[in-house]
Amino acid sequence: MSDIQAIERQILDAIASATDEAALEAVRVSVLGKKGSISELLKSLGGMTPDERKVNGPLFNGLRDRAAAAIAARKTVLEEEALNARLAFERVDITLPARPEPSGSVHPVSQALDEVTAIFADLGFAVAEGPDVEFDDYNFTRLNIPPDHPARQMHDTFYVAKQADGSRHVLRTHTSPVQVRTMLKQKPPIRIISPGRTYRVDSDATHSPMFHQFEGLVIDEVTHLGHLKWVLEEFCKAFFEVDKVEMRARPSFFPFTEPSVEWDLRCDRSGGQIKFGAGNDWLELAGSGMVHPRVLEMCGIDSTKYQGYAFGGGIDRLAMLKYGIPDIRSFFESDLRWLRHYGFAALDLPTLDGGLSR
Amino acid sequence: MKFPVSWLKDHLETNADAATIADKLTSIGLEVESVEDASARLKDFGGGYVVSAEKHPNADRLKLCMVDAGDGAPIQVVCGAPNAHTGMKGVFARAGVVIPVSGEVLKVGTIRGVESRGMLCSGRELLLSDDHDGIIELSAEATVGEPAAASLGLTDAVIDVAITPNRGDCTSVYGIARDLAAAGLGKLKTPPVKPVAGKFPSPKQIALNFTAETKSACPLFAGRFVRGVKNGPSPQWVQDRLKAIGLRPISALVDVSNLIAHDRGRPLHVFDADKLVGDMQARLANDGEQVLALDGKTYTLDSDMCVIADDAATRGIAGVMGGEDTGCTETTVNVFIESAYFDPARVAATGRKLQLQSDARYRFERGVDPELAVPGLELATQLVLDWCGGEPSDIVVAGAVPAWRRTIEFSPDAVKRLGGLDVSKSEIVRILTNLGFTVTDGTVLTVTPPSWRSDVDGSADLVEEVVRIYGLEHVPSAAMSRPHAIARPVLTPTQRRRRTVRRALAARGFNETISFSFIPRAQAVLFGGGDDARQLENPIAADLDALRPSLLPSLLAAAGRNVARGFNDLMLFEIGAAFASGMPDDQQTVAAGIRIGAGMRSWAKSTHPADVFDAKADMLAVLEAAMNSSMSAPVKAEAPSWYHPGRSGTLALGPKVLATFGEVHPKVLAHFDLKGPACAFEVFLDAIPEPKAKARPVFAPSPYQAVERDFAFVVDTVVTADDIVLTVRNAERVLIEWVSVFDVYEGKGVPDGKKSVAIAIRLQPRDKTLTDAEIDAIGQKIVAAVSKATGAALRS
Repeated sequence: MSDIQAIERQILDAIASATDEAALEAVRVSVLGKKGSISELLKSLGGMTPDERKVNGPLFNGLRDRAAAAIAARKTVLEEEALNARLAFERVDITLPARPEPSGSVHPVSQALDEVTAIFADLGFAVAEGPDVEFDDYNFTRLNIPPDHPARQMHDTFYVAKQADGSRHVLRTHTSPVQVRTMLKQKPPIRIISPGRTYRVDSDATHSPMFHQFEGLVIDEVTHLGHLKWVLEEFCKAFFEVDKVEMRARPSFFPFTEPSVEWDLRCDRSGGQIKFGAGNDWLELAGSGMVHPRVLEMCGIDSTKYQGYAFGGGIDRLAMLKYGIPDIRSFFESDLRWLRHYGFAALDLPTLDGGLSR
Repeated sequence: MKFPVSWLKDHLETNADAATIADKLTSIGLEVESVEDASARLKDFGGGYVVSAEKHPNADRLKLCMVDAGDGAPIQVVCGAPNAHTGMKGVFARAGVVIPVSGEVLKVGTIRGVESRGMLCSGRELLLSDDHDGIIELSAEATVGEPAAASLGLTDAVIDVAITPNRGDCTSVYGIARDLAAAGLGKLKTPPVKPVAGKFPSPKQIALNFTAETKSACPLFAGRFVRGVKNGPSPQWVQDRLKAIGLRPISALVDVSNLIAHDRGRPLHVFDADKLVGDMQARLANDGEQVLALDGKTYTLDSDMCVIADDAATRGIAGVMGGEDTGCTETTVNVFIESAYFDPARVAATGRKLQLQSDARYRFERGVDPELAVPGLELATQLVLDWCGGEPSDIVVAGAVPAWRRTIEFSPDAVKRLGGLDVSKSEIVRILTNLGFTVTDGTVLTVTPPSWRSDVDGSADLVEEVVRIYGLEHVPSAAMSRPHAIARPVLTPTQRRRRTVRRALAARGFNETISFSFIPRAQAVLFGGGDDARQLENPIAADLDALRPSLLPSLLAAAGRNVARGFNDLMLFEIGAAFASGMPDDQQTVAAGIRIGAGMRSWAKSTHPADVFDAKADMLAVLEAAMNSSMSAPVKAEAPSWYHPGRSGTLALGPKVLATFGEVHPKVLAHFDLKGPACAFEVFLDAIPEPKAKARPVFAPSPYQAVERDFAFVVDTVVTADDIVLTVRNAERVLIEWVSVFDVYEGKGVPDGKKSVAIAIRLQPRDKTLTDAEIDAIGQKIVAAVSKATGAALRS
């Protein structure tokens, strides 16, 4: 009896003093292995009398179970220690910067155009496009600007060199030729906006020789100046994300519209930032008018039956106003600092349901 | 068009102040650009009497002045003006006043050791003129201490109006008054022009020398001889007016035409008759004929241009500018006054061709009132007689007033239909009548525009007249109908594709740029352009003269600028037009991008120099974004000359090139002062086939275990990865899910001229688990196929 207790104490000491998994395994083999001390004891039960067996069986089996349990427990402890040691060893300086990833951006003009498109798409305006190099006929003549009309001087046109076939084309001075192209191939009703690059020989803080315009065109049998006013008001509210705007109409002149109207937007420039809907300043918003009957006729549309409006404004200008960008020339300089500063994240796609800006 | 309010009030009886007038002008379509009120602007500047002006004790060029500014005790001022002298009156600014030219507050200062407590101002300092050679000297009557504006004759606001090209009738103070009167702001009070009786027959005859085809150039030419005039300065009020609108008074005989041009919109010309030879005529110029114009420049004319000539030579460019040789001078004694009507289009064309702008051209090309030629001549005669004396001849006239009367059938409903404005018929008639239109009532209105409104020729024009006078502010907003209750998509597939590609590239880390469509020709040449047909005739700058054949030069130039600023790792892209020629509709929409640099420096060493495989990945990402599906077409190892010949490729579908990519040719990089590494891609968005709308198949993952196997082939170095991969795929078309190349090795252990290409394949059975024997059989099939196709051996 005391022998067994001594053996057990000895075994448990051995288990407790095993400092790693290999030492513990050695103890296990020496105790529970084929020739282990407890295995030998269990084997000795076979040579005992039934009475001896009755006494020693439970003793030896109890010893074995306790030893096995102690080994398992010790193993768990040792594994935990080993893992802790590994984790301690694997410690890094997590203040080191993350692996670099480039951060891309979308140009403000693209963003503004996506905003404009989202708004007008809701009213069923399709997006029409045309080439940058344009026929003089489409850029001017069919828009009721005959050669040598003083209005042509207002356009500061870029001319492309004379072509092999003798033709001479222009860089479009507005996106109105897209209206011409649309009317020539589509019958009313027409609702389009025509965004794109436009060109004029002009350069200062508010003029760039290349800039972006978007124009709207509606042709049907009923649309009049009141609709034009409404659509511009609704556009401004949606685009500038304000509850109300106030617009001022001024009679003006464009050869392709009659009557012609320029629209100003009431704004407040005090405090360095521009706010819409209040204040004492006026901001030039858009030129517009009812499409001139001659333009309709020159584009194959019966002016006695159909009428409608056209308007045009600058996309860069809208972007400057909405995003607070001071100089239009900076739009086209591709300065990385500027692109990052004023650019938009790839996933900032403007929607009417989610809001145009984040 | 600039005018002082007092001048306007010569023609318009009104109590309205400048602000009210300006608001009305803008609201009727005469846009006010500025209202300059010098008396308000200069209210802090008073008349000062120079009690004494002596030499500065410490400076030869400076004077020490004591100025009485009305305060009793004179104020000490150091003045550098050579004309400062004792006893003069000048415009005095006290310390604390803001000086207009600089916008700065004048401070008490010490100049060369002497205190100066104010300033005597020059015209330039007050922004009244460019004169800064000396200080303004007021007349002796000027009141000391009172605002100087009155003494300067600047009591009046000056309104500047932008006249649109259709409103030739408003290129005069009279015309503007007429429009304001029609709009209800006062009453037109211009006295009618009284004819001046001729005292003798004109010694000069005039003729129109045209063919039937060209006679529209000048349908009417009127003239008059005035003898015995004495030229000199025009009256002070005339000089003041001309100065107020920025013109320089010259002499009475010159000022008379300037005054009438601005007062009545009637350009005319006063010749020194003694310098003319024989009779006068209007005709077309002879090709190559030269004339020295009043601006001192010689112009070479052509036979499309109309001129006024005498028997010896051309004396003026019709409707644009008179000749220098026959202009009036101080010694002129006899004059011939010309007043004609010239074809607006021809005047415009002439002015444009000669690049010659003038007050006369400005008016003629917008259309002057044809009925005003003779009255204008009468008025000019009267003014010459009033100012210079002399004796007038009878008027000589060639031709006749061109027909201008036309009638427009006008339905009053059009105002509502087009303008969205409810205006009664009687109001419409009233508005048009006030504007000078003749209106006859009937089932529709029959309207005749007045002679001065050549711009009005249709119903829409009349709607504009009614709407602008009635007031655009009265047009109510009207909601547009919605074509569909719930908006439908509007973007075309191309437009959607562009948007997706843009945002995909931004998501990859590219910064979007937008750059000019024109680039330096030398750059265009490097990219297959720069031919004459793609040049601009009138570039904004000499080095922005070529339409770009590719977007890459724009991007590389941008990279060069950014690298110069110290940004060495760049990813830039642009989506825009590349021009294949100088013809319309011959441009392609391209998405192009570049990566520049050795990779961002990082402790993690996770980046690498930009190379062809980056460009390939970018190009594929663009195509996949555009097509909304993966791109499996193979690439070819050929690309345009601006790429590295051994590290670039092209992806095409049949004959259609969808994309090119690769590292940029070192010579091209050098042109942009870039060192590299640099890679680029160009994806031709218009060439990409439209994605087919395909429903996705049902998700059906195989329940059976997939297996992966690796093979290392030793092949000749010229064998491409695609040669191996495509062979492998073709060897087992059913079970192979994917093939990847996971190692390429040349060197020790591989014979010279050979390389080892390691691939992995994944086999995915669909109807049963593969046995080892089946897997081995597939492996052998693959090895055999690759060996046969490429001469490969399995690496041992």
